[in-house]
Amino acid sequence: SPGMFPRLLSDVRWRAARPPWRRWTSPRRSASGAAEPPPVSLPAQARVVVCGGGITGTSVAYHLAKLGWKDIVLLEQGRLAAGTTRFCAGIVSAARPVSIELKMADYSNKLYQQLEQETGVKTGYMKTGSISLAQTQDRLISLKRIASSLNVMGIPSEIITPKQVAQLHPLINIHDLVGAMYVPGDALVSSADVSLALATAASHNGVQIHERTTVSHVLVQKGRVIGVETDRGQISCQYFVNCAGQWAYELGLSGEEHVSIPVHACEHFYLLTYPLKEPLASSIPTIVDPDGRIYIRNWQGGILSGGFEKNPKPLFTEGRNQLEIQNLQEDWDHFEPLLSALLRRMPDLEALQIMQLVNCPETFTPDMHCIMGESPAVRGYFVLAGMNSAGISYGGGAGKYLAEWMVNGYPSENVWPLDLKRFGSLQSSRTFLRHRVMEVMPLICDLKVPRWDFQTGRQLRTSPLYDRLDAQGARWMEKHGFERVKYFVPPGKDLLDLDQSKTFYKPDWFDIVGSEVKCCKEAVCVIDMSSFTKFEISSTGNQALENLQYLFSNDLDVPVGHVVHTGMLNEQGGYENDCSIARLSKRSFFMISPTDQQVHCWSWLKNHLPSDGSLTLEDVTWKYTALNLIGPRAVDVLSELSYAPITPEHFPSLFCKEMSVGYANGIRVMSITHTGEPGFMLYIPIEYALHVYNEVMNMGQKYGIRNAGYYALRSLRIEKFFAFWGQDLDAFTTPMECGREFQVKLEKGMEFIGQEALLEQKQHGVYKRFTMFILEDHDTDMDLWPWWGEPIFRNGRYVGKTTSSAYSYTLERHVCLGFVQHFDEKTGEELVVTTDFINQGEYEIDIAGQRFQAKAKLYPFSSLFTQRRRKEEVELSGYQRE
Amino acid sequence: FYLTPPQVNSILKANEYSFKVPEFDGKNISSVLGFDSNQLPANAPIEDRRSAATCLQTRGMLLGVFDGHAGCACAQAVSERLFYYIAVSLLPHETLLEIENAVESGRALLPILQWHKHPNDYFSKEASKLYFNSLRTYWQELIDLNSGETTDVKEALINAFKRLDNDISLEAQVGDPNSFLNYLVLRVAFSGATACVAHVDGVDLHVANTGDSRAMLGVQEEDGSWSAVNLSYDHNAQNEHEVERVKMEHPKSEEKSLVKQDRLLGLLMPFRAFGDVKFKWSIELQKRVVESGPDQLNDNEYTKFIPPNYHTPPYLTAEPEVIHHKLRPQDKFLVLATDGLWETMHRQDVARIVGEYLTGVHHQQPIAVGGYKVTLGQMHGLLTERRARISSVFEDQNAATHLIRHAVGNNEFGTVDHERLSKMLSLPEELARMYRDDITIIVVQFNSHVVGACQSEQ
Repeated sequence: SPGMFPRLLSDVRWRAARPPWRRWTSPRRSASGAAEPPPVSLPAQARVVVCGGGITGTSVAYHLAKLGWKDIVLLEQGRLAAGTTRFCAGIVSAARPVSIELKMADYSNKLYQQLEQETGVKTGYMKTGSISLAQTQDRLISLKRIASSLNVMGIPSEIITPKQVAQLHPLINIHDLVGAMYVPGDALVSSADVSLALATAASHNGVQIHERTTVSHVLVQKGRVIGVETDRGQISCQYFVNCAGQWAYELGLSGEEHVSIPVHACEHFYLLTYPLKEPLASSIPTIVDPDGRIYIRNWQGGILSGGFEKNPKPLFTEGRNQLEIQNLQEDWDHFEPLLSALLRRMPDLEALQIMQLVNCPETFTPDMHCIMGESPAVRGYFVLAGMNSAGISYGGGAGKYLAEWMVNGYPSENVWPLDLKRFGSLQSSRTFLRHRVMEVMPLICDLKVPRWDFQTGRQLRTSPLYDRLDAQGARWMEKHGFERVKYFVPPGKDLLDLDQSKTFYKPDWFDIVGSEVKCCKEAVCVIDMSSFTKFEISSTGNQALENLQYLFSNDLDVPVGHVVHTGMLNEQGGYENDCSIARLSKRSFFMISPTDQQVHCWSWLKNHLPSDGSLTLEDVTWKYTALNLIGPRAVDVLSELSYAPITPEHFPSLFCKEMSVGYANGIRVMSITHTGEPGFMLYIPIEYALHVYNEVMNMGQKYGIRNAGYYALRSLRIEKFFAFWGQDLDAFTTPMECGREFQVKLEKGMEFIGQEALLEQKQHGVYKRFTMFILEDHDTDMDLWPWWGEPIFRNGRYVGKTTSSAYSYTLERHVCLGFVQHFDEKTGEELVVTTDFINQGEYEIDIAGQRFQAKAKLYPFSSLFTQRRRKEEVELSGYQRE
Repeated sequence: FYLTPPQVNSILKANEYSFKVPEFDGKNISSVLGFDSNQLPANAPIEDRRSAATCLQTRGMLLGVFDGHAGCACAQAVSERLFYYIAVSLLPHETLLEIENAVESGRALLPILQWHKHPNDYFSKEASKLYFNSLRTYWQELIDLNSGETTDVKEALINAFKRLDNDISLEAQVGDPNSFLNYLVLRVAFSGATACVAHVDGVDLHVANTGDSRAMLGVQEEDGSWSAVNLSYDHNAQNEHEVERVKMEHPKSEEKSLVKQDRLLGLLMPFRAFGDVKFKWSIELQKRVVESGPDQLNDNEYTKFIPPNYHTPPYLTAEPEVIHHKLRPQDKFLVLATDGLWETMHRQDVARIVGEYLTGVHHQQPIAVGGYKVTLGQMHGLLTERRARISSVFEDQNAATHLIRHAVGNNEFGTVDHERLSKMLSLPEELARMYRDDITIIVVQFNSHVVGACQSEQ
């Protein structure tokens, strides 16, 4: 109950200002006590109903109205901006490691800056800048990485020395600092006022706002939103937007058709003090001390300081609970570590008098990124929630993207990392969420090094071989809830424990993965790839082929037994999915997609395939275990296990056959490895998985078979210039831009989605180009390793960012993949990227501020590799003869 | 010379044991969360015993502490046997029949109890056959008696106590051809033990007490403070009713000699106990058994000694007083402890110390700034101090250990004084008994949610 908190921030101010939207709508009662006109009744229908009057809801409504939509209704169960938004610390900071979040924060900042002028509502906007402190060298590296990406985005930032920190902020104890990052453009706002300003502007543009109106559930018919039921009656509508913050989960489950929105609240504490004797200047920068887990900002001459403790207190696990709401009180003992960190950072504050310790729940998600997009279960049901305590920083930008999504069908940027469809129903277990958010909240301040994994909510989806592999030293990572092997620690070898293994430099598994890669190149390895999403599409007649031809850019009318690599494109020609499709029979197809495509691809297919029952679409992910046999000896192993001939003449590349392996019948064997190496994928009905695995390992012994993991696979595919969807490819990348024209059959005699856009690109050229970079002067042992998101410079000018990287054990060099763009030197306008443009540049990759020379390539070293391999094959056979 | 804190801890923790009731046992959810128990010896060897077990054929959990005197034989026997007698008394007729049939036909027996034992809590292998036969005779009689009525827990407890004491007495009179066993049953009968046993089933808590150990319920008041509710009466000279009872049972002529120096017949502290046949048998029976018994018994001055003013035995009974209590959500824990604890600590302090320990930081009186003027520095100092206090609490992972630490180490201000603790623990064996008694403690924690749910169902 917000009433128990004293009136904070500018709560009082906005009421006095009588915002203009009050003229059109009235709450049932007002705290001012004045006689209120009777409440305006709800409209019977609307185009959009937005639920939630916090920063996200008002931002969505504001942007929808800006984009010209009419008939928008915003419903708020209490008063506008009275929930988490009111107690938000109000820091707008672009210092974010993920580029889409950085863009949202940048946009939010610009939006808020002009909001007061636009609406006349005071927002308390003050450009103070922010200083992120580093107590360790590793922290400084992570700040340098952020600074690099801020700078290329045109957001000024600077790595500064502790002395410079002291000059910018007189109260800071700098003795334990090694450096800091200064972002002068970061700002402070009064978050409630920003929200009210957005509401006011929205209201001017025709949005109807109704306070004290509770949405009980959303009405759905035939998988589409048709209205909402509230405590004040029904509104029929085409679109519903769930911006209910910490209540989003419950609201999602309230309707007949469940919409799973994986968010969970945790208590969050910050401290308010009375002004200092010499009040702080209003322009004093905000301090973020991640190693101390705290932030400190100026608040009315005193300070506001909160943080993200190691032992968060999750709440509302079992839903809204009056008792828990009442217990939301100051917990000083819990705050003690943060207070200690604060006094250590600013010892002079000892004498400062406490005003209050505020306890304000924040909403967290399973992967620390917010959730937006359309529900895969209900069309027209949109969500924006789970801001992970950065609601003010992201609110503006996130609202804009979601509004664009609703109006245009897709936002103007790739928001896949934030898309609701990256989660499945498996992430909506309350126990999972409770445990995971307890890990996520501290993670906000933890050092994020390349390739860290979540520790909670693990071992949920596993392959039937899990125990076998685990016993052989497998180390695991998780993707979409599925456990996948990173690498195998050989017996007798010990790795560092988790905390110590965190590094930006050469990791401790370097040699282990190296030997797995070597085995893939020289002999044969087996990788369990069961997590891949697998669908079967079939029909009684020709419908399956006809429909798939329309959905996929490659020609699927191939003889039975062929495998086709193809993109599933959107109208702009961008990859919605990148998959391999095997034609099992004239009328049935087997489709393999990346692991995290399970929900997204399913909903895309559902939305695009006819629902008249002529087609059968089945998710068979759980039915098959997938083993990838990689290496020149894979063919020998498989030959011995099956009487079917599988030499290249009988079983050329990109073929699929059902055959028996050992005793097991009906194994789908495909001559693909997803790495460019020779070998096979075996799709095994799960009850045979252990048998086939054992047979393969037994038979493989004489060919030197061993287990391998995804790190080896990654190294192999990146040195072969193979792009992976979700890392390199996204909805804004077309096949033309990544050298995959050969996977597009513009002339296949049938229209397909994205065809026009691709034709256009074919004629006029592309504006970005997927390129491979080989780092030249990079010392693997001594230098920082690339990860992804590193800026690429051509002739000293920024041209793009990397999307993935790996060490190539064959080239003995680091390889980065990324996109190169061509900006006009004067106007900054995007120009067509030609092969010459790529080839004629001198490239550098910026890793945490340090630039390394790189050689750009548009095609992989296929010839070099085959030559090497032949030579090694000779060596290997020679060795065997000895 | 002082013991270092780790040395002190290793002494205090040597006998600690914890049991958590599994959350999902597939059956009913238990009103008991689990228990912590511990013992600190003063005698060598220790004369206290403890037992804990879950009834497998009926619902409920049994927990008990046993304080032996004149040796540990009786306390040991009672700790092994009493729960079986109770469990059998509680069994319905059909189950008894089933068990008897299984024994008869040599089939595997249904397990009756699941014990929760510390590795040091042993069972005597040699006597198990003898004990089993006595127990079997008991259940055979129960089968013959078949009252057809449902078993009342209170009655079952009283019957079990009396029956076991009777069996102890009979076994000693009959003797055993095996000389080791023969000596054992005599030692059991001539030594004594008090017993304080709790039976918890849902919201029904029964405490059966014989002697001067004590059961105490920890109750959390609405304001968060802790209070103690006694669930047993001490059977000793301080209990007027008990003195009255003893006097009622004997002729007026003995009134003066019955209780002397706060002891029964001037000798025995507890007024009720198992064993102690010297206070139960006639003089003739005692003489006959001692004379026909093994030499060790004959050489023992204590066994041969007949209490003074011994006219109308028995003077002692093992019949317990049973108190039934319906658990409420505010009943957070139960402490069962031998008199070694209660001699040193008031029950109110016990309730507070255990209560604060079990609820940990969360229920430490929260700090609120309210309208006071507090600076960040002051607050920081206060919090650091509170945290230090809490971390000393969490040195112990076991509530019973924590209580023993206080019982032995408390100074006049009610806080643990390491110097004192170290001194008390480093006393040589022969001196230890002068400063403290054996201490045995079981702390049972209740599940308030389950209790609340059961309560509202009923």
